[in-house]
Amino acid sequence: MSHDNGRVSSRILAGRTALVTGGSQGLGRALGGVLAGAGARVALVARHQGPLATAVAEIRAAGGEAHAIVADVADKDAAAAIAGQAAALLGPVDLLVNNASTLGPVPLRLLLDTDCEDLERALAVNLVGAFRLTKAIGGPMVLRGAGTIVNVTSDAATEAYERWGAYGASKAALEQLGRVWAAELAGTGVRLFTVDPGEMDTKMHADAIPDANRAELSDPARVAQRIVALVAGAETANGARVAIRVGPHPASAAETATR
Amino acid sequence: MKPARSYPDRRDDVRLLVIDPAAPDGAGLRETRTPALPELLAPGDLLVVNDAATLPASLHGIDEAGHPVEARLIAARGSWRAEAGPPSPLRFSPLRFAAVLFGAGDWHTRTEDRPPPPKLAEGARLRFGALGATVGRRSTLSPRLVELRFDDDGDALWAALYKEGRPVQYAHLAHDLPLWAVQTVYATRPWAFEMPSAGRPLSWEILLALRRRGVRWASLTHAAGLSATGDPAIDAALPLAEAFEIPPATARAVAETRARNGRVVAVGTTVVRALEGAAEQHGGVVRAGRGETDLRITPAFRPRVVDGILSGAHAAHESHFQLLAAFAGSDLLAAAATHAERAGFLTHELGDSMLVLPGALALPHRKATSAG
Repeated sequence: MSHDNGRVSSRILAGRTALVTGGSQGLGRALGGVLAGAGARVALVARHQGPLATAVAEIRAAGGEAHAIVADVADKDAAAAIAGQAAALLGPVDLLVNNASTLGPVPLRLLLDTDCEDLERALAVNLVGAFRLTKAIGGPMVLRGAGTIVNVTSDAATEAYERWGAYGASKAALEQLGRVWAAELAGTGVRLFTVDPGEMDTKMHADAIPDANRAELSDPARVAQRIVALVAGAETANGARVAIRVGPHPASAAETATR
Repeated sequence: MKPARSYPDRRDDVRLLVIDPAAPDGAGLRETRTPALPELLAPGDLLVVNDAATLPASLHGIDEAGHPVEARLIAARGSWRAEAGPPSPLRFSPLRFAAVLFGAGDWHTRTEDRPPPPKLAEGARLRFGALGATVGRRSTLSPRLVELRFDDDGDALWAALYKEGRPVQYAHLAHDLPLWAVQTVYATRPWAFEMPSAGRPLSWEILLALRRRGVRWASLTHAAGLSATGDPAIDAALPLAEAFEIPPATARAVAETRARNGRVVAVGTTVVRALEGAAEQHGGVVRAGRGETDLRITPAFRPRVVDGILSGAHAAHESHFQLLAAFAGSDLLAAAATHAERAGFLTHELGDSMLVLPGALALPHRKATSAG
């Protein structure tokens, strides 16, 4: 790979534009910072103005360009508004990262105790929200014949972890949808791939597993570096699923890509 | 003919009247449906679309005395933002909008029946929900056509426009149009104040079938303004000058298509205006870049680069129908209007379609021919 231990060489995305959902915290916030640091002009989407404004201010203070779009990706009417605001602020979007996710209520519950509405909400955010934005942003990409879409998944999509049923099912569906997206996008110049970032030291992880040993979790900033390197390079194929395991120490970095 | 009052179940399956000015007398019309579009174009043809997304350009608010005001944005000057050059945060050039003002009521009332807005002097303040604005210069055309300067800019302005704005729509519709319903499948930058609706029936199924057939696509962005305001002085001047941007790849594709005797098919009048406006400004050649055009397509207009047009269905008395005369003779168009009327074609932005294209009804497997 062309990157050095996941570090993104500077300005590698100069002049490119990126839209990241779930941009106010965790991996999305880290991605915004790394993308802007690589020269991309970035728009971050999140539900709450306060934390989103903080994330955007942080990028601007570091000399990057970032914009805030307050929206809930699960809202049917939001997709056209998000796409419109992003294109107004950035111009055509080169990179879409569908990162926004909800676990549902925490502590996580057994399926027998899970409310149907909570499963529906997980599907609305993690699956349908990503689908709508991929339609709204992917259409213009196909018209221009270029673009990259990254869906963020989880190993809960493939392993049967107790209490992760709603979230895991939504991510499994997102992965299958991604495979079909990739099949249909073949030959258009647009690629879609899926990234499993592994266990990261984020609020979402703490909400799900409060007693986890944080020393064993990946730093989202380092995961973001790896994802941005994948986006900047052409090696990651349309339809790939890339598991990123940077781990707590630089020496433990590993990456596996499967189709 | 009646206007469509709602959107069809499938955007890409509406009636299509094909009008072929190159066909022998009596054989220049055929009715089909939009999924047949790929068979009507030939390898080597170029389909040019307007990729402007539709802004929610209708804002309801009040003046300082609390009187209701609706502003329909119709044009923008300045830049959404500078898109070239090194990244630097918040480098927005000032964006000023022109708007047509209405008094009480909303789209349910025909524009010509709407009460006028309160008298607003230059400097008057308006409030659209959380978004404040100052009335700037008033047009010599009508005091209802004004410059609007919003208090916010950048992220906050766009957030407020998308929060407070609704798509511009007219009294022939049965219900509120959601924002997604007025977008084409390739809608990109929100430059359009009304949907570039000729492209509404184009689905990816159709666009990809066209490409498999050897038809190329290209895009441009054209800031489509309002089609009607109900103010006779403004309506007589429509369309106002509109901004457009033609990417280098599109300028190249037009030149290559013409050099190889392919046909350039414009999706909608906005594309005709942008391409022909650009050609008019550069000695008949479409150059890449940004511009503004006040070109009006009249029956007397002779297109230099566009061979055919995919358009919404229009009744014979509509100005949009008149401009089809730039592409086909009056006898053929009269027959087309009669057919559409008898067959019950639906008009307006959510209605049926017409394709005016020389050679469209020639035998299949023909070579691409220049029909110009």
